[in-house]
Amino acid sequence: MLYLITIALIFILYFKDKNKTINGVKKGIKKLKKNLPAFLNMMILVALSLHFVSKDLIVEYLGAGSGLTGLSLAGFFGSITLMPGFIAFPLSGILLERGVSYTVIAVFTTTLMLVGILTYPVEKEYFGVKVTIIRNVISLVIALIVSLLVGIFYGEVGLIS
Amino acid sequence: MISQIKKYSLAIVFALFVIASFIFNYNPGLDIFNKFSDFLLTMLKFLPAVFILIGLFETWVDREIIEKHLGEESNLIAYGWSILLAGTTVGGLYIAFPIAYAIYKTGASLRIVFTYVGAAAVARIPMTLFEASFVGLKFTLIRLLTTIPLIIISSILLEKYLEGKGFQVQSPEEN
Repeated sequence: MLYLITIALIFILYFKDKNKTINGVKKGIKKLKKNLPAFLNMMILVALSLHFVSKDLIVEYLGAGSGLTGLSLAGFFGSITLMPGFIAFPLSGILLERGVSYTVIAVFTTTLMLVGILTYPVEKEYFGVKVTIIRNVISLVIALIVSLLVGIFYGEVGLIS
Repeated sequence: MISQIKKYSLAIVFALFVIASFIFNYNPGLDIFNKFSDFLLTMLKFLPAVFILIGLFETWVDREIIEKHLGEESNLIAYGWSILLAGTTVGGLYIAFPIAYAIYKTGASLRIVFTYVGAAAVARIPMTLFEASFVGLKFTLIRLLTTIPLIIISSILLEKYLEGKGFQVQSPEEN
């Protein structure tokens, strides 16, 4: 699908301006080549994490309950793993059925999406080590605030308790 | 040459580990390799196309347009544009970095670049639909409405913090 769009676009642009289009494609290929080591490293880390932090393991640990331990574990698992949405959300559905609170699910999914320890090899190439760390720490804080707000909306976290 | 080998050192070690796992029939090693090849296939489905699209974007899109809409002088609508671009991003957070570099290079301000990366992480449309169907629409809406403002605020703060520190978004192909 994406390839079809890309090929169609290359055709249209080629007729508008041959040189510009060829340059663009060349540039893209060069970028792909130069990014290869970082992406390769990321894929290796993802494969390792999927092996060691399996779905069953997450269900076992998070299924136990909520509270502060649940929150920290959810944040920990969310940060150290990278899962495509079609695995992560059905997994969240399973966790909900097991009685895990929306607050914990929110920490898990938000850190999963926003905090990228496994994408570090790629991110540091663009933002540098320092800003990558700052951005990820901010993301962790955002995830905690979001989960707290989700908890309040669902009545799981009392404003005065 | 040596720097080339260094860049691929993890990949080389991994390849040796996989070969050894095949020879000695080491199951965890084979499982890790399966997961690696699954992910590799997923990446091949869009990664090359995305990089070519980024290349085309950099040669075809005028600097003035990006600067005007997403640059230093841009207004609030700029956040809308970057979130819209983020919504249509494919893949995961990792694909947002090369795209962020492309819009930065063509004149987008840092706050817009960081907003884009954050939004691409949490608000990609296909992923959001998936989430709504498995966890619930209410959950997804609350999550988006709370996360996006926080991402925008933190992006503005991060830009302020980096101001005058000479920070620049880098790209591997520039080195």
